Amino acid sequence: MKTLYDKLWEEHHVTQLDSGESLLYIDRHYLHEVTSPQAFEGLAKKHLKPWRLGANIATPDHNVPTTRGNDFNSNQIKDEISKIQVVELDKNCNTFGIKQFDIKSSKQGIVHVIGPELGYTLPGMTIVCGDSHTSTHGALGCLAMGIGTSEVEHVLATQCLKVSKLKNMLVRFEGTPVENVSSKDIVLYFIGLIGTAGGTGYAIEFSGSYIKDISVESRMTICNMAIEAGAKVGLIAPDKTTINYVKEKSFLDKKTFEKAENYWLNLKTDDGAKFDNEVVIDVSKIKPQVTWGTSPEMVVNYDDEIPTVFSANDDNKRSIELARNYMGIQNESKLSDLTFDKVFIGSCTNSRIEDLRQAAKVVKGKTIADNIIEAIVVPGSGMVKEQAEIEGLDEVFKEAGFIWRDPGCSMCLGMNPDQLKPYERCASTSNRNFEGRQGYLGRTHLMSPLMAAYIAINGTVGEPS
Amino acid sequence: MTSNSEGLIIDGVVSYIDRDNIDTDQIIPTEYLKSIKKFGYEDYLFDGWRYKDDGKLGVKKEDRHINQDFILNNKPYSESKILLVRDNFGCGSSREHAVWALRDFGIKAVIASSFGDIFYNNCFKNSVLPVKLKKNEIEELFGLVKKDIVELSLDLQQRTIYIDDKHKLNFKVDDHLIDRIIYGLDDVDVSLKEKEKILNFEKNRMSSKPWIYANE
Ligand code: SF4
Repeated sequence: MKTLYDKLWEEHHVTQLDSGESLLYIDRHYLHEVTSPQAFEGLAKKHLKPWRLGANIATPDHNVPTTRGNDFNSNQIKDEISKIQVVELDKNCNTFGIKQFDIKSSKQGIVHVIGPELGYTLPGMTIVCGDSHTSTHGALGCLAMGIGTSEVEHVLATQCLKVSKLKNMLVRFEGTPVENVSSKDIVLYFIGLIGTAGGTGYAIEFSGSYIKDISVESRMTICNMAIEAGAKVGLIAPDKTTINYVKEKSFLDKKTFEKAENYWLNLKTDDGAKFDNEVVIDVSKIKPQVTWGTSPEMVVNYDDEIPTVFSANDDNKRSIELARNYMGIQNESKLSDLTFDKVFIGSCTNSRIEDLRQAAKVVKGKTIADNIIEAIVVPGSGMVKEQAEIEGLDEVFKEAGFIWRDPGCSMCLGMNPDQLKPYERCASTSNRNFEGRQGYLGRTHLMSPLMAAYIAINGTVGEPS
Repeated sequence: MTSNSEGLIIDGVVSYIDRDNIDTDQIIPTEYLKSIKKFGYEDYLFDGWRYKDDGKLGVKKEDRHINQDFILNNKPYSESKILLVRDNFGCGSSREHAVWALRDFGIKAVIASSFGDIFYNNCFKNSVLPVKLKKNEIEELFGLVKKDIVELSLDLQQRTIYIDDKHKLNFKVDDHLIDRIIYGLDDVDVSLKEKEKILNFEKNRMSSKPWIYANE
């Protein structure tokens, strides 16, 4: 009796090395401009070529400005240093012959958004990328994980990853959530429960009736944030929902697809397989979640009290004090006592069409609050942007006072022009609220697109409707 | 394979940061990930705490507003090879830049009660030793370092931290990981010895799972 992770592991296991580690064959390798330059340099120094060119797909996302309009090329990036990295990716992809959706491409986007939507992510694959949120692709039943730059070089050179096996954790989400509670709330709640180190050393399989009921996009939000619970790998067994999603995006011919489909539908954990750890969560009790501190585990129900040093045990006192100070929380007792300055709807967690539709519903016919200096919507990819424009969502946002941007990581991290200024408070649909993540001394609160849209309109936290 | 006998012992003053969950954005802020080089990250380590201003890649340390209260800005800690922290060090991003910053600063060992998975892995590829100790042992070390300047000696082969003549702590690390630090093995070279096996595996996969290779 095996778990899904065990099966994917065995399926890709090439050999065991003297060190005890294994070589795992990699089906798909995504690349972006930040973690690849030093890997390409290493490859060239060794006079090696990529082992299997077709396995690699590249796109620039972290550094790209999101106000670029059409016909923009890498050389037009104003920040000289960002430009070097993006140009370097162009150069490396050309030199080595790697397929790239470059800054000019209508399909460019955040690497974890474009992979699945262009049909490059398929169930049962092993997928790696020099980016911790590679766990996103696990939503389609892939063994997907983030790797460092040395490993990027290793995968380019050998088509394999040198790894040791992880332990198995099962997380069952059961029940139906109340209205306006999305998969972002569910995963934030989960991280609050087990902590940011709770999943360290595990591959987490998400299952349960809730997972069965939700879309592949919602599942991606959950697997995306598995890393915020400490787990390199998050995965969900493929089912009919997955097959329909993949079919729509697929470039496979009919016969190949049918053969694959049979295999995919059998990829699941055997009944009675043993997990090293199991967690069951009743999602019907979960309220909208908002983080208050500087770690994703510092999260509460939107209407709960913010933790204080008085309410904490000795272990947590220090962290709470540091986080409250950094976040500028003094006498405020609830999140609704805080006023927000900026709103960011985007990132590989929540920038897909479903997310934008949800947020648009909240803002439709309304205007952003006076205290909101800037509210931006950054679609995850050119394809998402196009779809949203077909549906008129861009107009809904713009009429409400939002700025509609071009695809990229944007304000998820301070590498491109979209950044918080010191002490600005941001409602963000991204995945990390670390100190300085969105800009020097910026203050990030993580939440669902629904809540971020609510804050844009109302200026503070409340019950999204 | 070059044996690095100096790599067997790491010793000297212990610097410390009394925090849990020090994430990769704190170890090195995203601004500095714009570099395409593999070295030269020493001045950006813990940037948000080491300086009182917002840094930019290429701006020199001398031109920055130094935070004199931060431990690594003061002797003898500024020359420390060993860093003591608490739980879940290096959580967050997969960026190897976090390890490069520690390495370039001169840190050769980080002692914590736990580490982020990807960070832990990245350490061994850059000759930085992550040492896991139990929470009570970490507590004990913090008790010492907060009282006085403490010098420790880490013996990689014995997996032992010597505090003083009478006092030592043991830690566990897989042999192959320690070897990587001692010998500085190159993973690519080692794995390419299995070239035939990889080729065979790939051939089988191409025929049994053709969809993986569609469009190539
Ligand atoms: S959107 Fe944010 S988390 Fe996702 S890949 Fe980009 S920077 Fe990383």
